[in-house]
Amino acid sequence: MGMTMTQKILAAHAGLDHVEVGQLIMAQLDLVLGNDITSPVAIDVMKDMDTKGVFDRERIALVMDHFVPNKDIKSAEHCKCVREFACQHEISHFYDVGQMGIEHALLPEKGLVVAGDVVIGADSHTCTYGALGAFSTGVGSTDMAAGMATGQAWFKVPEAIRFKLVGKPGPYISGKDIILHIIGLIGVDGARYQSMEFDGEGIQYLSMDDRFTIANMAIEGGAKNGIFPVDDQTLAYIKEHADRKPLVYEADADADYAAEYTIDLSSLKPTVSFPHLPENTRTIDQIEDIAIDQVVIGSCTNGRLSDLKAAAEILKGRKVADRVRTIIIPATQQIYLDAMQAGYLKTFIEAGAVVSTPTCGPCLGGYMGILAAGERCVSTTNRNFVGRMGDVTSEVYLASPAVAAASAVTGRISGPADLI
Amino acid sequence: MKAAHGKVFKYGDNVDTDVIIPARYLNSSDPADLARHCMEDIDRDFVSRVDTGDIIVAEKNFGCGSSREHAPIAIKAAGVSCVIAETFARIFYRNAINIGLPIVECKEAAADIEAGDEVEVDFDSGLITNHTRKKTYQGQAFPPFMQKIIDAEGLVNYINTNR
Ligand code: SF4
Repeated sequence: MGMTMTQKILAAHAGLDHVEVGQLIMAQLDLVLGNDITSPVAIDVMKDMDTKGVFDRERIALVMDHFVPNKDIKSAEHCKCVREFACQHEISHFYDVGQMGIEHALLPEKGLVVAGDVVIGADSHTCTYGALGAFSTGVGSTDMAAGMATGQAWFKVPEAIRFKLVGKPGPYISGKDIILHIIGLIGVDGARYQSMEFDGEGIQYLSMDDRFTIANMAIEGGAKNGIFPVDDQTLAYIKEHADRKPLVYEADADADYAAEYTIDLSSLKPTVSFPHLPENTRTIDQIEDIAIDQVVIGSCTNGRLSDLKAAAEILKGRKVADRVRTIIIPATQQIYLDAMQAGYLKTFIEAGAVVSTPTCGPCLGGYMGILAAGERCVSTTNRNFVGRMGDVTSEVYLASPAVAAASAVTGRISGPADLI
Repeated sequence: MKAAHGKVFKYGDNVDTDVIIPARYLNSSDPADLARHCMEDIDRDFVSRVDTGDIIVAEKNFGCGSSREHAPIAIKAAGVSCVIAETFARIFYRNAINIGLPIVECKEAAADIEAGDEVEVDFDSGLITNHTRKKTYQGQAFPPFMQKIIDAEGLVNYINTNR
């Protein structure tokens, strides 16, 4: 029996020629990631381990992104704890205010992940790097601590669901619409304990940013990881950003899949997830008149340059609706700078939006845009659970940057086509 | 033999980590702080009603969402002795084992047990006894590798004894 792409990467990192579904393996790690919420717990756990230090100071990334610049004293203490740890262990990739970005946008940009890697991160959206043809998955702080100490993690070899992407997406159809459509199809536990493996000729039409968005939300289908095949676009991206050589793995022709879906990208419409689960999807033409109070454009899902471009193209020469607070957050310092040079930030500010320094902020209901009771927000983030962005009676509608920007203009959930 | 014995708090499908411990409290990692807000957004009375040893029973995909280990830590620190569900989200499952919070997958128990039932779980056999309804259900046993981590009371001790 052949192996899937994920199984091949895991086998190689466990020093095995072949692995079977369900097999428990110990794999070597190429990178261990943590943020300002999960790292302090991991650092505490490490103190209880009989370990002299970290396995490799070059292969640990600590990113201060959730509550920074710090929102209160407790979060400042957390960052201080991580800063001191990074200093003590001479961690090369410690990103603090001024260099930081949202971790899953930052790591690929800094070239810290290449195709063929195995990466664990104490953050569920670590699955984002599957866009680069790497195996990456979210873990908790104890696994992060063990990973930092030993450079290894245990895994149960997953089976896979195959998503064959065919056809060319129409105008305003982005990676976000594709992944929301898929989650609507399979449900929030549709890929539990499994890999989501994407392939098919439709992938050629997806930018790297689209692929990051899709892989990012694999966890919203319950998946262990999401992964894309490596093509010329991937290799060009890696070459531009990383020094290390990518290792390209391909699924065997006779690999076994638990299920297969064909997604015709040309048939998709702008898609929105209704409260309070990402699987509650509706296409834009099925949505009645829903007035909104806030729009958030940003996050590790949709805070990249092409996302800001899509929003700027819609907001250019327009104003956001009265009483719709529109918050735009570039995901990294580099994206912030590029957006400034491209004139997007000026467009946003002239339209009546605010633009923030990179932060997770409102995405997890941290700060910078918390919702009051009963308020509704259209957001380009990835989760719309009860209370995710504020009060338990507030509502989050997940959408693409184009839909979010159009909604900001009309004050109701709208597609870009509604503006013409 | 290790066992759990207590009264049941019952929830439905897709109990996510945001309702187990809302992100607004993640500026602390102190288990006692986290326990004070455990389940707050799904069940305001949980913290005032839970007694040491009580058991949470839920349906599908318990613990979905973020990787915050604060979620199983909050549950454990609140005094919960075991979580039974039809299925668990993968990261929560892993985290619970790693920090030594006992969890059992059992579809029948998840469907049958109701809030307030008095339930006992035998971790060695995976057998769940519902004293209120005079019924038993067979939960899934852990694979030997995970059992070793559980026996060591978490990944830290397991690593310390195996290096
Ligand atoms: S942007 Fe949101 S989903 Fe992404 S890492 Fe930050 S809090 Fe998590």
